[in-house]
Amino acid sequence: MVRVLVNVPKQIAANAPFDVKVLISHPMESGQRRDQLGQAIPRDIINHFICTLDGETVLDADFFPAIAANPFLSFSVVAEKSGTLALTFTDDHGVTQTELVAITVT
Amino acid sequence: MIRRRHVLAGGLAIPFVAKGQTKARVVVVGGGFGGATAARFLRQYDPTLDVTLLEPNHTFIACPFSNMVVAGERELAAQRFGYDAVRSDGINLVRAIAMSVDPAARTVSASNGASLSYDRLIVSPGIDIVWGGLPGYDEAAASKMPHAWKAGEQTLLLRQQLREMPDGGVVVMSVPPNPYRCPPGPYERASLIAWYLKTHKPKSKILVLDAKDVFSKQKLFQNAWKRLYPDTLEWVSLSDGGNVTRVDPATRTFETDFGSHPADVGIVVPPQRAGAIAATAGVADRSGWCPIDPVTFESRLVPGIHVIGDAAIAGAMPKSAFAANAQGKVCAAAVAALLRGEKPQEPRLINTCYSLAAPDYGFSVAGVYRPVNGVLTDIEGAGGTSPLDAPDSQRMQEAQYGDRWFATITAEVFG
Repeated sequence: MVRVLVNVPKQIAANAPFDVKVLISHPMESGQRRDQLGQAIPRDIINHFICTLDGETVLDADFFPAIAANPFLSFSVVAEKSGTLALTFTDDHGVTQTELVAITVT
Repeated sequence: MIRRRHVLAGGLAIPFVAKGQTKARVVVVGGGFGGATAARFLRQYDPTLDVTLLEPNHTFIACPFSNMVVAGERELAAQRFGYDAVRSDGINLVRAIAMSVDPAARTVSASNGASLSYDRLIVSPGIDIVWGGLPGYDEAAASKMPHAWKAGEQTLLLRQQLREMPDGGVVVMSVPPNPYRCPPGPYERASLIAWYLKTHKPKSKILVLDAKDVFSKQKLFQNAWKRLYPDTLEWVSLSDGGNVTRVDPATRTFETDFGSHPADVGIVVPPQRAGAIAATAGVADRSGWCPIDPVTFESRLVPGIHVIGDAAIAGAMPKSAFAANAQGKVCAAAVAALLRGEKPQEPRLINTCYSLAAPDYGFSVAGVYRPVNGVLTDIEGAGGTSPLDAPDSQRMQEAQYGDRWFATITAEVFG
């Protein structure tokens, strides 16, 4: 489990875009670096991120080694009614983690 | 007429030759650690030089150790230094602000109406705060949420706010991304405020919201915090959501991307750039800071103008009083050499920086620098930081060394 911070507005208006902010604590080891003994440090990044709202995809992204450590994402979503955002990401070990965030649309 | 100011390939100036003018003229803008040092060492390296120092203030208020004033452990008077010794070196002290520079005519216009001619100009303007650089933080906000990043009134305001805060209050301080004046300064301030709270208001806390994950002397500070202030000081890094995106001075609230932190005392270490005259003179680039040649500190943008101290982009050298002092000497030697038509020597520069985690708990970092491919670069293996596992007696000794360092440098620059 990695630490994830998610922020959405407390009040969201129907059909108006709002910002979702996500900060994932992850080293995003690129695979390009070598350790003190000259051995390559294996790649270990989050390679896929998907955000759904009640099952409907709102953002689907592949990540690559050029993305910095502790990736910070900010994107806009439009909702018609209250629901649940599911933020799911997968790392190079195939481990998947999901964060659920309820949104209240008024 | 012979033009004396052509620059030869390789950066050598044609020697200054007296033609109806007996002395080469150097104007220095700013009488802080950089400028006052440069002015005095110019006269030492070449007593025939006509040196003018432009400085509007009657006294200089030093930033190093001003965090001890904030913590109530030192009086601001101990930070004040006059210019009598500077004047008695034969330097023309002009109490005015440099308003503009004409690099073609080689003149500086001062706020008192004077126009000062120079053969070489040294600019040491320190920092200016980028008002609005952090949304919500403008000049008016500084009276509610002090920055105290220029020592003086702001230092006393912050001290007063801490004194008036009830026990149980929360102090919040935001720290900007690099670069800014005094890289370890925010962490020393957090430490000494934590020390003040622990001593005088033990139910209170300080929260540090940082736009960075790593900082100067980090392990030394964090070890000290764990030991001395485990319940008083909390540091939130960038990757923990510490980046402050907005402040609201009316409620003393800090907004991050992930939360809102109201404060009883709010401190903003604001985004900064080189002092205003740097941009006016054309020596600051889009970053707000001044690219320089590391041998002479001559601007990369405007020939004949040298930039030293916090305003300069000095590669691996931090923005510190020690660095400004070292740069002042190197720049003075280079300017004196150039005015004689000689080639300036490639310099080695040193910086040492003491920080206090408590009034009797000090540690330091030292670095040695040389120009490599046009950039001041850390010489590997030279310098270093205090050991992580030192006994308290050594921390106490380093606090005393820091005190002596301050006495020594201020005696050299102002005494």
